[in-house]
Amino acid sequence: MSTPYAKLPAWADYGLIPLINLFVAFVVAGFVVLLVGENPLRAAVILVEGAFGKGTGIAFTLFYATTFIFTGLSVAVAAHCGLFNIGTEGQAYIAGLGIAVVCLSFDSVLPWWLTFPLAIVASAVVGALWALIPAYLQAKRGSHIVITTIMFNFIAASIMVYLLVGPLKPAGSQAPQTRNFLAGAELPKLNWIIELFGAKIRSAPLNVCFLLALIMAFLVWLLIWRTKLGYEMRTYGHSPKAARYAGISETRIIITAMMISGALAGLMALNPVMGDQHNVAIDFVSGAGFVGIAVALMGRLHPVGIVLAAILFGMLYQGGAELAFEMPAISRDMIVIIQGLVILFAGALEHMFRPYIQALFASFSPRSVGMEAVKGKGA
Amino acid sequence: MAQAAIELIGINKSFGAVRANRDINLEIARGTIHGIVGENGAGKSTLMSILYGFYQADSGEIRVGGQPASIKTPNDAIALGIGMVHQHFMLVDNFSVLENIILGAESDALLKRSIAKARSELERLEREYGLEVDPDAIIEELPVGLQQRVEILKALYRGAEILILDEPTGVLTPAEADHLFRILRQLKEQGKTVVLITHKLREIMAITDTVSVMRQGTMVATRETKKTTVEELAELMVGRRVLLRVEKGEADAGAVKLAVKNLTVKDTRGVTMVDDISFEIRAGEIVGIAGVAGNGQSELLEAISGIRHAVSGSVMLDGKPIDLTGAADPGELRDRGLAHVPEDRHHVGLVLAFEENENSILGYHDDPRYLKGPFLNIDAIRNDAKDKIAKYDVRPADCRLKTANFSGGNQQKIVLAREMEQDPGVLIVGQPTRGVDVGAIEFIHKRLIAMRDQGKAVLVVSVELDEIRSLSDRILVMFAGRIVGERGPEATEGELGLLMAGVEHQEAAQ
Repeated sequence: MSTPYAKLPAWADYGLIPLINLFVAFVVAGFVVLLVGENPLRAAVILVEGAFGKGTGIAFTLFYATTFIFTGLSVAVAAHCGLFNIGTEGQAYIAGLGIAVVCLSFDSVLPWWLTFPLAIVASAVVGALWALIPAYLQAKRGSHIVITTIMFNFIAASIMVYLLVGPLKPAGSQAPQTRNFLAGAELPKLNWIIELFGAKIRSAPLNVCFLLALIMAFLVWLLIWRTKLGYEMRTYGHSPKAARYAGISETRIIITAMMISGALAGLMALNPVMGDQHNVAIDFVSGAGFVGIAVALMGRLHPVGIVLAAILFGMLYQGGAELAFEMPAISRDMIVIIQGLVILFAGALEHMFRPYIQALFASFSPRSVGMEAVKGKGA
Repeated sequence: MAQAAIELIGINKSFGAVRANRDINLEIARGTIHGIVGENGAGKSTLMSILYGFYQADSGEIRVGGQPASIKTPNDAIALGIGMVHQHFMLVDNFSVLENIILGAESDALLKRSIAKARSELERLEREYGLEVDPDAIIEELPVGLQQRVEILKALYRGAEILILDEPTGVLTPAEADHLFRILRQLKEQGKTVVLITHKLREIMAITDTVSVMRQGTMVATRETKKTTVEELAELMVGRRVLLRVEKGEADAGAVKLAVKNLTVKDTRGVTMVDDISFEIRAGEIVGIAGVAGNGQSELLEAISGIRHAVSGSVMLDGKPIDLTGAADPGELRDRGLAHVPEDRHHVGLVLAFEENENSILGYHDDPRYLKGPFLNIDAIRNDAKDKIAKYDVRPADCRLKTANFSGGNQQKIVLAREMEQDPGVLIVGQPTRGVDVGAIEFIHKRLIAMRDQGKAVLVVSVELDEIRSLSDRILVMFAGRIVGERGPEATEGELGLLMAGVEHQEAAQ
């Protein structure tokens, strides 16, 4: 049998199954909430209301989602080329350095709409260069990209700590971060869009990076499915042997894909640094790179899926924060457990319910399942 | 008539909308060799999988030795005395023969005692059936023919009275196949029942007592082998008359298109697989390379097509040299008019996860016809794919369908269409009809002959001796990385078989 599972209609494949997985994740999470003596239903209501109930909540949810869209796209681009880029975290972190250089140099002389493009270029270039080294080692030396990118996360973290407690820290400051940027490096908020719909927002960090993330999602779609480069990346990702046969250079495709992935990771840094904190602080990425892996997997490596999955994780972040605030028994760590359960059911156990759903569909109408003929091994 | 060893009554099995087996009735007499033939997807493997407990029939009854049997898992089948030898061996490569034989049938918690018991039992089996194998040999060091013998011993050790063999000769030399047949006859004399699944009609004629033909999930006929012919069986399999031997005129060989000189290729482990080979192919001829799988043919193909770097040697394409030792890449060779249909279409020639139209540009995706700047010209690609589908009768005719969902024959047509439609000067084809059904074989062979008649140089590498003999204008035989002989198409199978086994070569060396 060539495929482990036969096909389902697209709406079941991309809609029903993720929803069922999500539902089960929440049910199991509900038991965890029950264990600590809280009402799971009330917890669910607080979580959803915290994320989507008020204008401020929505803005925060989309702000987090912006970050996850970038890291999710970064992971997905590499994955389409068969590469598991675990280094998104480090690539985003080190890209903060590029942004710091641009912002600290120009924030007093240029308006934001000139600083922003420079910072976009700087963050993408630094992220790409940070990914280049593991890519080169993979392509030329066969060093496994998973190992090297993990190591590069640590190297990036060490470099950033050194710089932020040393050269980049203003004299006399106690905080391990750069000085605050001036108005020329502060990105405009997008809260007015949500206010257009009548919601009120007190203060939320949603900014133009959200639009940049959506543009990038479209560009990634274009790259993967509509360009020659994307075609070559997918060929290599599915079968390195077929790529070799087709005359696609292994070195070139690995390095190109990883640099694009690194650039997308680098762009992520714009959102918290220029859009929210207006400085580069220690650990500003705070795990968003790893969440990107879950987002990319849950979004089935497709930009539309990634945007949706990123919003889901944004909701868990924002709603989770509200939940921790409202229910003292539920700590920050509990929220991580709930997020973990979502990743477990939507990512790792993605295929758990699939055979049953398939059987269900098959029993209603075999034709809708479009099952392929079982090919004999013989003859 | 002897009592039936197995009776299948009204077996039905569907996978979704596809009815893989419909209302199958089959009776296999005890102590006979019973052949089952049919095209790919005819349902042979499904039927045998039901018998061996991999699948459950939707309806129908299985009787073993006259008793209704419920076979839910392979263990049930083994308990009923049914053993199976799979096409792809189920052996642990770095275990010894004995360890493999007791695997899953250990008689004791301690391995030592199990092995001691198995050793004496194995010696008895070896004596009884003439199945000599060194019980302490490591599987990966054994030739394929002996590995297969281990598979048979495994089944016998588990008390098999009925032995099912799925495509057993695909990996064997003619001599090894003959030996296998002797073993099967011996098993039959001892009262065992043998079920042989194959697509090689000549083997059916040579060894079976009875033969059943399947087509599209149904059992279309059962014949006594003595009273049928290859032609009749082929017609039953396909449902229409089939040309078994390709009709072709005399070759009109022209100028040398591809000249290979002193080519040496090593595999990834550093073992020399192609050893100082030289040959030429002229325009308008088909050169066939015969040989048992694993004698360097794959590496030769990969080197000539630029996929694998050669160690040394020179190759001239249209009189101009190519550096195969490092600089050449498949894309450049393609540009120079060398097209390649690789042996392994699942991993090399196609990307199974792609849509059909995406595969129809694989390797030619740099062609400006398919591009608009850096973007793919989707319309041009799909229209081009539709044209090829129509011209090569690919079914289903859907260029958006995932390639994995095409049958083996149609997948091969997709590759052939892509490579042939580029109008190459030299066409290199590895295993043109491996896993391809009879109807498509005829089509593919005709296309290859047509290429030749257009004045192209064609190199065919195949482990199917029949195919080599019927297609080639010249036959080169490879053994242990060398070309050990060149023969014309009139060479007999015996003569080629000896060359393939390296017999003449070794004698000459002495």
